[in-house]
Amino acid sequence: MAEIPVLKIGDCLLVSIQVDMHDRLAMELQDDLTNRIVSERARGVMIDISALEVVDSFIGRMLNNIAAMSRVLDAVTVVVGMRPAVAITLVELGLSLTGVRTALNVDKGLDLIRKAIDDQGGAFGRREE
Amino acid sequence: MAGEHATIIPQLLAENEETLLRDWIGSQKKSGALRAGQISEAELTEASRRLIAALRGGAASGQFVDITAPGWDQSRTVLEDVSRSHATLGLTPSETATFVFSLKEPLFALLREKVGKDPDRLADETWIATMLLDKLGLYTVEAFQKTREDIIRRQQQELLELSTPVVRLWEGILALPLIGTLDSARTQIVMESLLEEIVTSGAEIAIIDITGVPTVDTLVAQHLIKTVAAARLMGADCIISGIRPQIAQTIVHLGLELGVVSKATMADAFAMALRQLGKAVVDRGPVRQGI
Repeated sequence: MAEIPVLKIGDCLLVSIQVDMHDRLAMELQDDLTNRIVSERARGVMIDISALEVVDSFIGRMLNNIAAMSRVLDAVTVVVGMRPAVAITLVELGLSLTGVRTALNVDKGLDLIRKAIDDQGGAFGRREE
Repeated sequence: MAGEHATIIPQLLAENEETLLRDWIGSQKKSGALRAGQISEAELTEASRRLIAALRGGAASGQFVDITAPGWDQSRTVLEDVSRSHATLGLTPSETATFVFSLKEPLFALLREKVGKDPDRLADETWIATMLLDKLGLYTVEAFQKTREDIIRRQQQELLELSTPVVRLWEGILALPLIGTLDSARTQIVMESLLEEIVTSGAEIAIIDITGVPTVDTLVAQHLIKTVAAARLMGADCIISGIRPQIAQTIVHLGLELGVVSKATMADAFAMALRQLGKAVVDRGPVRQGI
C-alpha cells in the first residue's frame, strides 16, 4: 500500500500529497507526521496539495486536524498549491480552514514559515544554536 | 360531441374564407388591435389571411381535439410567428390572445347563419369551435411567453459575460471591481476567474472593490465571504474596498461580520497592499517640465 513520504528540509517537514487520499491513508499520515515532528524537532510543516484534484469533507477536516496537532507541538503548518476547484469545493463545504496558513506555492510557503517562526521565536527564546 | 353529424366547420371555412377574413379583421379593429400603432393594417391583414388559410388546412384534417396533431402544424407555425413578433414589438399578452379570440365573433355568426334553425346542432358546432379557438389562443399565449423568456435568458447571459474583469494593479496585487448585484451564478464566475488569475499571476493580495454593488444584504455578504475564504485557501489575502456610507450602515444594522480587512476606497486598499508587500510610492517633488 502506498505511503506518503515526509521529507525533512532544515527544520521543516515537507509532505507532498501525490496520490488519491483515502481515509486510511489520511489517518496514517496524521500519525506519521506527528511522530516525525516530535522526533525531528521540526518547527514548520508544509503540505503540498497541488496534485490533489478531489477533496471531501474528511480531507478538509484532516488538514485542519494536522494544523491543530502541529500547533500543539509548536510547529507552524502551511498548506500550499491548492487548486482553484479544490478551494471552491472546500468553501462550499463550509470548511474555510481558518486555523491553517496557506500559500500559493512551495517557495512562498517556505517564506511564510520562516516569517512565522521568526515572529514567535522571541517569546520563550526557543532557538536552535 | 359532434355526435351523429359530421361538423360543418371545415366546409364553412372553405366556402366563406373571404367573408370570415373581412369580418374578423373588422372585429380585431373594433377591439383596438391597431390603436397602439405597433402593427400596421397590412401586417394585420397578412397575419389574419395566413391563419385563416392554415386553419382551413387544419380543419380539413378532421382533428378538432388535439391541436398538436400534424394537421395543425401550419396553424401553430403561424401563431408562433405572430406571438414572436408581438413579443418583440412589446405588445401585451392580452393583445396577443385577442388576435385569436376575436375570430370567435365572426365564426359564431357564420355558424348561426348556417345551422341556426337546429339549436342542438348549433350548440354542438359552437362548442367545437370555441374549444378549438381556446386551445389555439392558449397556445399563442404560451408561445408569446416563451419568446419573452428567451429574451430574458439572453439578457442574463449578456449580463454575465460583460461582468467581472480581474485587473493586475501591480506585481502581486490584483483588483476585482464588482459591478451589479451578486447572485450565486455570478459569484461562481467571479470566484473562478479570481482564483485562476491568482494562480497565473502568483498574486498575494486581491482587492475586491464593491463600489458598483448597489446593495449588500446577507446573501451578498455571504457570497463575498465565500470568495474571500476561497482566495485565502489559495494563499492570497483579500481587502474589500469601495464600501459606501449607506452600505457600512446596512452591514452593521444586519449584524454582518465580513471577517476581512475593509477600506473605504480602492486607493486606500492599494496603499495598504503596497505596504504589506514592502513597497512604497514616493513623492519625488515637482516634475520638471519640458524634458
